[in-house]
Amino acid sequence: MSFEIKSTAESYDVIIVGSGAGGGMASKILSEAGLSVAVIEAGGDFDPAKDEDRTQMRFPWESPRRGSGTRIRPFGDFDAAIGGWDIEGEPYTRARGTSFDWFRSRMVGGRTNHWGRISLRFGPDDFKRASIDGLGHDWPIGYDDLKPYYDKVDKLIGVFGSKEGWHNEPDGFFLPPPKPRLHELYMMKGAKKVNIPVIPSRLSVLTKPINNDRGVCFFCAQCNRACQAYADFSSGTCLLHPAMKKGKVDLFTNSMVRKVTTDDTGKATGVSFISKVDMKEYKLRSRVVVLGASACESARIMLNSKSKSHPDGIGNSSGMVGRYLHDSTGADRMGILPELMERERYNEDGVGGMHVYTPWWLDNKKLDFARGYHIEYWGGMGMPSYGVGFSMDTMRKYLKDEFGNPSPNGGYGEGLKKDIKRIQGSTLGMSGRGESIPQYSNYCEIDPNVVDKYGIPVLRFNYQWTDHEIKQAKHMHDTFEEILTNAGAILLGNKPGPESKYGLATPGRIIHEVGTTRMGNDPATSVLNSNCQAHDCDNLFVVDAGPFVSQADKNPTWTILALSWRTSDYIVSELKKKNI
Amino acid sequence: MNRRENLKLLFTGALASGFLLTNCSPEEKQLTYSPQLSGGTKGGRTEEEKLIDQKLLSETFLTEEEKKKLEVLVDIIIPADEKSPAATEVGVVDFIEFMMKDYPGYQTPMRGGLMWLDHYGEDHFGKVFLELDDSQKLEIIEAIAWPERAEPENEGGVKFFNMLRNLTATGYFTTEPGFKYLGYVGNTPNIWDGVPDHIMKTHGFELPEVYKDVYLKPEERGELAQWDDEGNIIRKG
Repeated sequence: MSFEIKSTAESYDVIIVGSGAGGGMASKILSEAGLSVAVIEAGGDFDPAKDEDRTQMRFPWESPRRGSGTRIRPFGDFDAAIGGWDIEGEPYTRARGTSFDWFRSRMVGGRTNHWGRISLRFGPDDFKRASIDGLGHDWPIGYDDLKPYYDKVDKLIGVFGSKEGWHNEPDGFFLPPPKPRLHELYMMKGAKKVNIPVIPSRLSVLTKPINNDRGVCFFCAQCNRACQAYADFSSGTCLLHPAMKKGKVDLFTNSMVRKVTTDDTGKATGVSFISKVDMKEYKLRSRVVVLGASACESARIMLNSKSKSHPDGIGNSSGMVGRYLHDSTGADRMGILPELMERERYNEDGVGGMHVYTPWWLDNKKLDFARGYHIEYWGGMGMPSYGVGFSMDTMRKYLKDEFGNPSPNGGYGEGLKKDIKRIQGSTLGMSGRGESIPQYSNYCEIDPNVVDKYGIPVLRFNYQWTDHEIKQAKHMHDTFEEILTNAGAILLGNKPGPESKYGLATPGRIIHEVGTTRMGNDPATSVLNSNCQAHDCDNLFVVDAGPFVSQADKNPTWTILALSWRTSDYIVSELKKKNI
Repeated sequence: MNRRENLKLLFTGALASGFLLTNCSPEEKQLTYSPQLSGGTKGGRTEEEKLIDQKLLSETFLTEEEKKKLEVLVDIIIPADEKSPAATEVGVVDFIEFMMKDYPGYQTPMRGGLMWLDHYGEDHFGKVFLELDDSQKLEIIEAIAWPERAEPENEGGVKFFNMLRNLTATGYFTTEPGFKYLGYVGNTPNIWDGVPDHIMKTHGFELPEVYKDVYLKPEERGELAQWDDEGNIIRKG
């Protein structure tokens, strides 16, 4: 909780708002170019190698709630994401009849501390979707523009995977992938029977060292708790903190940016922020402002940055800020596999996440929905935590009793105790994560009636899925049943039907929200140009997932990193040319 | 070996030499029978989180009588056997007390369910639950422990017992003796080199031929990664 009060006279070359993937990468590239950089972060500092910050390798009995989720850590008491869906004093609202859930992390590194490390490049088709299916819009850049940056990100940060030669799943500079776990072998078997490919996953986890500053994975399966050996990617451990050691980077923590300040000509002059420590407002000046606060938070800052030259908010002369907000689709299914009951025990933790996955493998021309999805697999003998031993009132029947008959559900006593042990590690499942169609009518805006506890107007979300996403979720569930049953599993739960949009997750729930400050060549229909520079303010840039024109059936982080690097190179070159 | 030394080894890649680490020193290795509740969750807590845990830990929800009932019930659900302790011995009632405050939604079903046991005892045996003899207590449990066999009029008791079974089991198996009983052996630095051979055989699996040379080999974990221009990782041997 340190807060240094900087004199308002002090000026930086660049102010970066946010320290997640985009902000962290920008802090590294810009400071290495010799620029002075201030990073403004709404949460506190965080370093998982410090024992006071460490949640990795803790056992459930080190938590009075045995690792169950809380309002502040909904993914579990040891999860390295401080914030959640509902932050005290920082509300957001939803327009009537629409839904959106917004996950925020208030800490150095943002959501990169707990994310799934699934590090997929967008493919050539992912930048040109409108040309392929007529829906949405093409990006103003293509795969070839980003490829050199993806290559550099692979080498700088590290990602394991296998070279496959698929057109739209470009290969990179991969570290060796880990061998599959037992439940993953069953999934591979089930998928093979129905001709669905399963390949080694691509995660930013170091199976071999890439430099002398970071350790290698020691297979605790807890990447979501942030790694004390820095063996997985998070922005604080791999980008921001190293940049602070090397270059002129000042970090301002616990600082909520209220707006981008401007001069009479409309140029950005810096930011105004509220210190959470003394609840006072401070101003910092800079030649360039870079927003990396997350797609929705950056849009919020821009919409709140109103001035004579930017009456609708900075960067918003097109009225597009907040528009085309879109998240990945999501649906999940679970089963229980008799062959995995009463398993022999061994350490099956592995890396933090799946060892295998299925990239999108079908042709949408033959389907009744427009875009694809990938499949993530889960299961295994992971560390028991809050929830272990639950549901024996519905699950015990899958265990055979001593006479080979299904055990009665429920019960108590030594028999129950034994059956909880027998069933341990026999459930498995999968999650589909897919591409939605960006819509002008799905957006976030400023709610005129509500402010947060810092007095900053909050976002109101307007979001509805279309038939494309709903039909995709239906297809996911058909696929899940095929794979699970062919793997030999008994399906658990019921297949969701149209009344629940086929189990399609609420918008925002997959935490891949993008598109709110999209790039484009036409200043009338986009916020940023192809260099992520605001059309109407040439010293304002966005480096989070806001610039995405479409989200692809991939996870956004690797593209945020590549784009932020590219944007940072452009900023350096424009400053050198004295264009900004 | 302490944690700092572990870390040093992780950084220097000494794990690659096949030197396996243990997570704790032998004197730390005694089983934690009653998990430490005081002080709240360890590691990386914000001030807000510390205050929440302190507040919850300072409050009391269960009455002494409710606790006594729970002590009987949790040991019926998870009793001791030759090799493992009973639920009360590993602090399951304290865990339930904490969860009542952490998830307030549990409070009314728990309080009401424990009262229901008394009503059932009164109606059938003329005594409240704690005053019943063991066989009478078990008769009540039998009436609510088996969801598919239970009489419709005991539906509420079944729901209560399902909740209590969940909390008791989870409270038990998230302790060190619970881990030992389940046979969980992870959460310790190690090198994953695939499913052990004999288990692969038992399940009839072989690794896909195309990936056999692609997968990570333990012995190369110490080497700094290098690639050729086509992105092929350069591997020795």
